[in-house]
Amino acid sequence: MQATRRLDVIFAALADPTRRAIIARLASGEASVNELAEPFAMSQPAISKHLKVLERAGLISRGREAQRRPRRLEAKRLEEADKWLERYRELWEGNYRRLDALLDTLKNQEKERKPR
Amino acid sequence: MKHGQVKIVPSGDRDLVMTRAFDAPRTLVYDAHTKPELVRQWLLGPPGWSMPVCDMDVRVGGTYRWVWRHDTNKTEMGMGGVYREVKAPERLVSTEKFDEAWYPGESLNTLVLVEQGGRTMLTQTMRYESRAAREAVIKSGMEKGVSASYDRLDEVLATTATTTPR
Repeated sequence: MQATRRLDVIFAALADPTRRAIIARLASGEASVNELAEPFAMSQPAISKHLKVLERAGLISRGREAQRRPRRLEAKRLEEADKWLERYRELWEGNYRRLDALLDTLKNQEKERKPR
Repeated sequence: MKHGQVKIVPSGDRDLVMTRAFDAPRTLVYDAHTKPELVRQWLLGPPGWSMPVCDMDVRVGGTYRWVWRHDTNKTEMGMGGVYREVKAPERLVSTEKFDEAWYPGESLNTLVLVEQGGRTMLTQTMRYESRAAREAVIKSGMEKGVSASYDRLDEVLATTATTTPR
């Protein structure tokens, strides 16, 4: 149950575009709250709110450096979430590869019907 | 590259958004989603399942009924729903509810097809009744995905290769 609950929190955290952008930024290295707020037209408190959600989901953590308290990505947690979506994706990829084959057949049939 | 890869992202609180490019005009992609004789050829899920029931009355307020059956253990899985919006060849909105619910409530599925240069971008948005329902769907994908073995994938790729001589 614990794992399920955690996953739910992770997906909720990832479902917001600003938070996904923050994750993308942190993927290239740790950053302070000010540095994270810069590219967004958002107040620092607004960014801090997003960071709190990401922190609660375990997706980011705070560094120890006293003044900057840089945020960093917890890559392992992100991978965990990716793995779930990956399986679901595989299921649909199977369906869509069959659809690719079917569409090719339909295209060829259309071509044959048209006079040259 | 002939086709894209499926991308699935959570969006908002209750949505899953799936995108995939197809190397075909959208009239054909739309047909493949709305004509039963075509749907039952590809919408099969994990390996080992066929689709003995595929009834579709594609008009606003019309219903559909799909049943899959496992080839060896004969387990059946059924689902159906109602068409809410029908706008060929670009948009199809329908409800979805499984006989044996593996997620709470029903979902509202919106299919959008955009054609560009003879290719079609498919976007399928699945809106669930709650965050917990979306979670259940993602979890189930995990379990079923495991059985989608690479053997089967190779098989499908081989079929694709033989039907498209180029």
